[in-house]
Amino acid sequence: MTTTRRDFIKTSGYLVVGVAAIANADPFVGLVDAQAAGPYIDPDFRQLDSWIVIREDNTATFFVGKTDLGQGTGTAFRQIMADELDMPYARTSCVMGSTDVTVDQGGSGGSDALQTDGWPMRRVAAEARRVLLDLASARLGVPVAQLAVADGVVTVASDPSRRVTYGELIGGRKFNVTLKGNNTDQTTGAAQLKTVQQLKIVGQSPQRYDIPPKVDGSLKWAVDAKVPGMLHARNVRPPVAGATLVSIDESSVKGVPGFVKVVSKGNYVAVVCEREEQAIQAARQLKVNWRNPATAPFPSSEDLFRYMRQATPTAAGNPTVVGNPDAAFGSAARVVEADYEVPFQGHVSIGPAHAMADPSNDQLTIYSNDMKSYGLRNGVAQFVQMPRERVRVLWMEGPQAYGRTAADDAGFEAAYLAKELGRPVRVQWTRQEETAWDTKGPAFTVKMRGGLDAQGNLVALDFEARAADHNHLGYNEPDTVLISQLMGTRRATPARGGAATPSEMYAIPNRRTTAHVVGLPLVWETPLRTGNLRDPNGPQVTFASESFIDELAAAAKADPVDFRLKLLTASTTDDSGFKRARSIACIRTAAEKYGWTPRPSPSARGTGEVLTGRGIAYTFRSQTVVAQIAEVEVNRRTGRVWVKRLVCAHDCGLVINPEGLKRTVEGGMMYALSRALHEEVTFDTEKVTSVDWGSYPTLTHADTPESIEVVIVNGDPNQNRPDLPHYGAGETVCKPLFAAVANAIYDATGVRLRRLPFRNARVLAALKAAGVSST
Amino acid sequence: MANFTLRVNGRTHTVDVDPATPLLYVLRNDLDLHGPRFGCGLGQCGACTVLIKGEAVRSCIRPMSAVAGADITTLEGLATGGKLHPLQQAWIDEQVPQCGFCQNGQILTAKALLDRTPNPTDAQIRQGMSGTLCRCMTYYRVQAAIKRAAKAMASARQQDHEVIA
Repeated sequence: MTTTRRDFIKTSGYLVVGVAAIANADPFVGLVDAQAAGPYIDPDFRQLDSWIVIREDNTATFFVGKTDLGQGTGTAFRQIMADELDMPYARTSCVMGSTDVTVDQGGSGGSDALQTDGWPMRRVAAEARRVLLDLASARLGVPVAQLAVADGVVTVASDPSRRVTYGELIGGRKFNVTLKGNNTDQTTGAAQLKTVQQLKIVGQSPQRYDIPPKVDGSLKWAVDAKVPGMLHARNVRPPVAGATLVSIDESSVKGVPGFVKVVSKGNYVAVVCEREEQAIQAARQLKVNWRNPATAPFPSSEDLFRYMRQATPTAAGNPTVVGNPDAAFGSAARVVEADYEVPFQGHVSIGPAHAMADPSNDQLTIYSNDMKSYGLRNGVAQFVQMPRERVRVLWMEGPQAYGRTAADDAGFEAAYLAKELGRPVRVQWTRQEETAWDTKGPAFTVKMRGGLDAQGNLVALDFEARAADHNHLGYNEPDTVLISQLMGTRRATPARGGAATPSEMYAIPNRRTTAHVVGLPLVWETPLRTGNLRDPNGPQVTFASESFIDELAAAAKADPVDFRLKLLTASTTDDSGFKRARSIACIRTAAEKYGWTPRPSPSARGTGEVLTGRGIAYTFRSQTVVAQIAEVEVNRRTGRVWVKRLVCAHDCGLVINPEGLKRTVEGGMMYALSRALHEEVTFDTEKVTSVDWGSYPTLTHADTPESIEVVIVNGDPNQNRPDLPHYGAGETVCKPLFAAVANAIYDATGVRLRRLPFRNARVLAALKAAGVSST
Repeated sequence: MANFTLRVNGRTHTVDVDPATPLLYVLRNDLDLHGPRFGCGLGQCGACTVLIKGEAVRSCIRPMSAVAGADITTLEGLATGGKLHPLQQAWIDEQVPQCGFCQNGQILTAKALLDRTPNPTDAQIRQGMSGTLCRCMTYYRVQAAIKRAAKAMASARQQDHEVIA
């Protein structure tokens, strides 16, 4: 038999009850079930038993402190741990993210699941194998060196009939092995890791175990969390950003059937009812008197970039200077300048924020899809002033929002309301509330300047960015989530925010790189609060930097691929993690896969209604390198851009699950394509006006490329190195796509678009201005 | 409040709710189903989709008063006799979902599409599915899975035909 999570779910309902089922099977583990009263003691990362349980039936369950946001990381964790342990993949399962049963590995974010957290997972699995071999040696009476192990069965190498299973050795008992390491990331035992060549399950593509219950309807998601006596809450938001609550007329909802209570503190208002549709009705019906702020909270979205350019930075960047840029610009044969603009873009989850909190037994259990469940637990404990060990978060699957739940507003709200009412409360945000009030990816303006010598060599580059990222939201801090801001909590110093700089390995002798942060007038309680949106700043920055490299290539009348390769091969120094070598490998691979014919852009423009072009862009994130080529069709009559073909060369080192990686890369590119073509948060000087899927359009089936090709690259100079690292995947591919599309549009039309998104009207206006439109 | 009788996935249920209550909340909160999910409450995204008389219906904007006595199929009811529907199998074979939250709407909208148009062209798939949103943007794989399922269903029909013949 196998004990996949699907079986847990099928046999026992909630995943967390599945955990309890393990506890029941293995009471020694000391796990708690969904009804347990606590206290909720942190699993000790220095105890092997906190990570791995092996049962008498020779199955293993891994407990990891990460969450799977739909990229199949849980499947990958099982692969790497099963491989080090020498267990068949099918005899393993994985429990993730619930704070009382898994060690705190921080939850998910930063595409670091395999790059960072994969290592302690491998080491503890290897340590378990080492301990089991010691036990087998004692049991079978032969030295470890004379034992063989495969599929959870230890045999005497010279006499395979003498055998013992892991389950027979340890099943039903604890390892009681203490591990070393100052923190979770460093956790290790005494065992050596396997070499890449010894790994067998790594590199295969077992199907994701979470997909069958997602397509047959059996999975219980965080939205399905339900306990007896549970109430339903809806928030009532200020109609104007920065408005102050004056009064609430409770009599306006007293007649709503099932009405329980209006809860308000500061500018936070919620209604609570017995049934969900009653809470919806009460929230619509509640009469609240608000006072508008004395000054406008922000400029309108049409005025945003002008505002950002003239604003005094809240954090002025210190320029990073290489060589002597001023002198180089002074002697350059040609200087090219361009400004790029990226608007605020929302996380805009397909499922608005939600959570359920149960205050039974004088504790607080939060059922949540928070990617960072551990931070939510700590933040909520402080926010509602309860001891940490009385609070826990049970992680369940949820709609993906790529960074949104780093500030899990609904989790805090559910906790607060449950504590106020003394009953379990489920909070569900509306679509309009989510689209208007979720966290936003920061808007950027970037000024680029490049100097070419007479031979067309890039001799100087100046990058200066401004990001509207003041008071960037952190990770479930109890004094920065929306409910806390609305209640009037103010930090003495708002978070500084950030503005990233380009990630490429180009050898350019003279450079200046500066990144400023600017703020909007309303700092707190604003629907334009910024958060980490799928590589927080990379797509915006790379749009500018990789579009501009293409502009320089065009100015030098050079092929865009050749121009980049020349900049990469100009030097062999500064090659941390072989990133330069891997950059070259990715660009060459992408060009080869696409069938790239060298020539400068733009192409010789056709005369038909539809113009075709190709564009390349490349970048890295941490150690992961990608190059992408987009082929576009631009309709000269309508302005519609269709990305017909996408090619991505992707080097993230050792690949655990190639098919899973390909889908993650496809999804990331499509997500970035949606942002490139459609997405923009709009607002007037009072409120956000993009509030649903009509006013905040995204990519649809109709936009889907005809072909997406993902090529996995291993550009390491020693391709067979036994210690090839597994780098991260996910966010990197979101970075270069805006520029790849912009470069392709330029190639097709000769028109350079420097402002996102490339909606039909904007493209058509640019084509008309350049005399390229057919209308 | 009023009593309504519904037939959902072959079973009959009676609920006592306000006639204006959207079907979605009855399915989720009274019948404890979790295939249909709340995405927008505006009929824009498709996460709440159910099948009524073969049509893909957005249950978040369909009041109970309009579905009294209806025969409803949710994602949970798509498999028959313990065997996944070819669409569900294709979704697994293609490894379609990322987070999976919207896939209820993708699968059931595809079901209605294939029932209407058993061998759709690429353009018909794009058109037929264009109002069903995915925030993980898995459209490329969804479309591949629909084509895979259409082939499997055509092949099954062919076999049935041969058996009868």
